[in-house]
Amino acid sequence: MTLDASASSADTGAPRPRLAFGRHLDWNWLGVVPFFLFAFLFLIGPVLYLVVGAFQNAQGQFTFANILELGSPNMVASFSLTIRLSLLSAAMGAIAGLLLGQAVILGGLPPWVRNAFTTFSGVASNFAGVPLAFAFIATLGRLGLVTVLLRDLFGINLYASGFNLFSFFGVSLVYLYFQLPLMFLIIAPALDGLKQEWREAAEILGASRSQYWQMIGLPVLLPTILGCFLLLFANAFGTLATVYALMGSGFDVVPIVLFQQIRGNVLYNPNLGYALALGMVVIMGVSNTLYLILRKRAERWQK
Amino acid sequence: MKKRFPLVAILTALFAASFFIVPLIATFYFSLKMVRGELGFAAYASVFGSAAFLQTISYSTVASLIAIVIGAVIIVPTAYWVRLKVPHLRPVVEFISLLPLIVPPVVLVFGYIRLFGSSSWLPLTTTATGTDILLVIGYVVLSMPYMFRAVDNGMAAIDIATLTEAAESLGASRLRTIALVIFPNVRAAIISGAFLTFSISLGEFVLASLLNRPAFGPYLVQLGQDRAYEPAALAIMAFGFTWACMALMQLFATRKPGQRWLPRLTKPAAQRTTP
Repeated sequence: MTLDASASSADTGAPRPRLAFGRHLDWNWLGVVPFFLFAFLFLIGPVLYLVVGAFQNAQGQFTFANILELGSPNMVASFSLTIRLSLLSAAMGAIAGLLLGQAVILGGLPPWVRNAFTTFSGVASNFAGVPLAFAFIATLGRLGLVTVLLRDLFGINLYASGFNLFSFFGVSLVYLYFQLPLMFLIIAPALDGLKQEWREAAEILGASRSQYWQMIGLPVLLPTILGCFLLLFANAFGTLATVYALMGSGFDVVPIVLFQQIRGNVLYNPNLGYALALGMVVIMGVSNTLYLILRKRAERWQK
Repeated sequence: MKKRFPLVAILTALFAASFFIVPLIATFYFSLKMVRGELGFAAYASVFGSAAFLQTISYSTVASLIAIVIGAVIIVPTAYWVRLKVPHLRPVVEFISLLPLIVPPVVLVFGYIRLFGSSSWLPLTTTATGTDILLVIGYVVLSMPYMFRAVDNGMAAIDIATLTEAAESLGASRLRTIALVIFPNVRAAIISGAFLTFSISLGEFVLASLLNRPAFGPYLVQLGQDRAYEPAALAIMAFGFTWACMALMQLFATRKPGQRWLPRLTKPAAQRTTP
């Protein structure tokens, strides 16, 4: 689809009256053909195949049945679980990242603190997947070091008091380990963009610290915060390896349901799997697109 | 709003730092306790002594390295061509290169299995080699956003139009220009993107597991189900590995503007003029 559009636009762009080099210009679009071919074969094609399959039945006829079946109770439960988990972990990540950014960047701490956090965040935001789950099991699992220390030294029994790493809240706590650094990294430019003059002007006009944040800081940051929140949401929504290593195959978030479906066809209907994939791509696509729009909007303060 | 002692800021930073560091310390300590009653590196020895570990990690290393090479061969000429000749295609290329961030790996591999399955015109999944190829291609796709950004940033820092004109006026062909002038000039950027690719694909689980490849990610998950201390040791090593990759990525990403391209720009040109 995109291939045709781009190729035709190159065609229409080429034969403009640049007569002397006309022959040469004609072939310029050829240089990007390998890229488009690769992308079409191994990225757009496979996804399109699933999207088309989502609107077909097993015999290849057009139908909305698969999409409608996404409304069945266990599908709704699965999407609802994933969305709630992603919302919670994105909210935790966004708030914690904002607080950390505010403290480290604007809080009057020495610059090396910020550098240390930036470096660490670059690593931690990429430290997802199976090893992250292992680290938290060794820390807060039933026999994890912190669990045992709290029990033996302070007499606090985490698991008796209702905490469980292998639960909804536990998973979002694990996600926080990569969400918080990601938020810190992407909110930092916006915090740098809060101009000193605004703060001084507010100060001269007699504003208190909290008034400054309520009336100037947060409103200016709001599009950025919302955008980052959506990015974190999408980040959590697509996470599979971490939650799979932590919870096994029984925790019905959408990626795991799809994973199980591909492995063993547990839904007994591949076309429902296509619809599930379509649902994931739509949710990821919408939140990422909104993130980009909000980022564009926020950038006008940084000029 | 006078300057005051940043107590709240210090407490916040300390709290965040402990959230980051405590799991690492705990995991490290846990990994040392394999032998009851003493601390030691038995878990690490057990990991390195395992044949499955060595097999899977070498498989994944090779797959990641091939993915990096293919990625560079596709992305570098494309980014170069887009900047030089077809800037009006830039939004499309940029959009496509960002698509893998929207398409989750599990969806991508689902598409692969269906589109390149046994009844397909290109039945890659029916042979082991075909599936290996598909896995590598999947890693190329997953790393495309990072690779493209790294290479494109690298190209922004050098004057590719002038370099190309210079190469052309000295009689270099297109391919020669890309291979001998552009590639070396964005080498640091490619390596920077390569380390990120490496850190993504070495322990990758979803593609490898669903394509049923003997890669490191599925081995990790299996180990997590069977053992207690080895996973902790591997988590610590994985963190160290990610750290090393990110540090090297940073090093190469920030290297070019200051140190690299001034001497590089003059030297090859001087060599060229001699024959």
